[in-house]
Amino acid sequence: MVGAVSGVWQAMARAPHRFLLSGWPLRCLLYLLGSVAVAVGLLMALIAGILFPPAVVFLGLPVGALERRRLRILDRVPVPSPHPVPKPGLGGWFRSRLGEGATWRELIYVLALASVLLLVDLVSLGLLVDCLIVAAAPVFVQVGVPFQFGDLVVDTRGEALAATAFAVPATAVGLYALSAVAATQAAFARWLLAPRDAELNRRVEELSQSQKRLVDAFEAERRRIERDLHDGAQQHLVLLAMTLGLARLEVGDGKAAHLLEDAQRQARQALASIRELIHGIHPQVLTDLGLPAAVGELAERCQVPVVIDLPLDRRLPAAVETTAYFVVCEALTNAVRHAGAARITVSGRITRYVLTLTVTDDGRGGADPATGTGLRGLADRTAVMDGTFTVTSPAGGPTTLRVDLPCGLT
Amino acid sequence: MKIVLADDAVLLREGLASLLERFGHTVAAAVGDAEALLDAAREHRPDLVITDVRMPPTHTDEGLRAALTLREDDPQPAVLVLSQYTATAYAAELLAPAGRAGVGYLLKDRVGDITEFADAVARVAAGETVIDPDVVRQLLTRQRAADPLARLTPREREVLGLMAEGRSNAWIARALHIGDAAVAKHIGNIFAKLDLPGPDDGHRRVLAVLKYLRT
Repeated sequence: MVGAVSGVWQAMARAPHRFLLSGWPLRCLLYLLGSVAVAVGLLMALIAGILFPPAVVFLGLPVGALERRRLRILDRVPVPSPHPVPKPGLGGWFRSRLGEGATWRELIYVLALASVLLLVDLVSLGLLVDCLIVAAAPVFVQVGVPFQFGDLVVDTRGEALAATAFAVPATAVGLYALSAVAATQAAFARWLLAPRDAELNRRVEELSQSQKRLVDAFEAERRRIERDLHDGAQQHLVLLAMTLGLARLEVGDGKAAHLLEDAQRQARQALASIRELIHGIHPQVLTDLGLPAAVGELAERCQVPVVIDLPLDRRLPAAVETTAYFVVCEALTNAVRHAGAARITVSGRITRYVLTLTVTDDGRGGADPATGTGLRGLADRTAVMDGTFTVTSPAGGPTTLRVDLPCGLT
Repeated sequence: MKIVLADDAVLLREGLASLLERFGHTVAAAVGDAEALLDAAREHRPDLVITDVRMPPTHTDEGLRAALTLREDDPQPAVLVLSQYTATAYAAELLAPAGRAGVGYLLKDRVGDITEFADAVARVAAGETVIDPDVVRQLLTRQRAADPLARLTPREREVLGLMAEGRSNAWIARALHIGDAAVAKHIGNIFAKLDLPGPDDGHRRVLAVLKYLRT
């Protein structure tokens, strides 16, 4: 939370010449000048707000947004907005914003900026300006303007040089003071305007919810595509094969018969490939008969012997089954393609509403989730389900891939 | 023979109905969902019920469930399930309960081979068990840790595949151009090598083979 400001403090802790010649004093100066400008604008807005006091409550929203941006002068790390996406509609917006602590914190900041902070800023800027003017005394004397400072009148060259000699270190001290004020004020702004932990957690929660929705929508879309292919293209191809078969019966023997046989064969091939395609998009056996049957089918199609130990006595939520299925699918593919496995074991158990699934192969190991998109995708997919995904794959094998998926009570 | 037909794709249902009628069968009812299938089958008491696996309203395996329900009826109709899935689990579900009536599991693609399909229809109606060759092939090509199929000769594997499809000894003899005695000898060897219970009737033979192949 003090990330930026600590930058200023760190710079101030360095040797004086390094600090004074760095960009920090200028940044702090700019920040405070900006603060004064905003505060003056705010004062006018507050005075105008007397006409319609409720509007003042919302004054903090644009000011907060502006101030969060302005913090970038002193801080490389951007401050995110503490406001969540409001409810739809104008009424929803008002209700959302009035119900948020952030809105009220921004209001407090507005009031502080327009009063105490403005005062402090003006004093510290004023002191610096004074120091600069005194430092410039020789110039004034040179052009013949007597220089008065309280009861002290500087009108000779010697006095002017003495004033400068006093003012230069005073300016340096003033810059330190000004930077300290700027850093403190920035920390204060950050404290009031940055999202609190609870607000950040809520955003994380929102994100993970939207990720879940995305995965669900993706799955629904796959099923829709599968259904469309099944009800459309596949049925028409079956019909085509049947019509060709009938035609074949009609024409007897001859050249046309050969052509029809070719056409039939092609229709069969098209049916086989569309069946594979549909299966890849969404394995219906999983929906119909559950995870053990679907894993059994994967094993039947696998080029390496697969031992299955998956005694599940009940159906699991569809999302869990689908995730588990694709984990096994990917694991088998990897074991055959990359690990050169000769034997694979798939086992799974449900203990206290968590499905634990492990796929072990005796291949050469060395699988790294960071490099393979397949494993990476599985890890992401498992994370969305609030599950965990681990791969242990020492060089030389064996590789064990394990997922734990919470099944909920549904 | 009298047939009740169920498939939710109208075009395909009508195509199948006209195909069956062409072979001299009577289609007593052609319906579009599992509920209507159960009603029609119980009303018409057909010799054979042909159903799609996937039907409304849930578009899952309702046709298969209806087929299983019908196989518990008395008298039990012969049931031929048409499917789009090669997954052996469907065939296993269908064949699991013992029954006297014929039962079959065929890929829909098979209707393109008109005579083959007509033959399968006749065999199931006659009480035999018919399994799609593609489904059997998937079982036979499955890799096993300790593969007892390796002990079989190529010819015996061929015979095993045909047995799993539900073919009779005589049919296998004709298809492989060998004598009945040779087939019987092959089968004897297969059962001995695979430690299967001795062959009895067709359905039990298919079941034994499938059960063995699935493990």
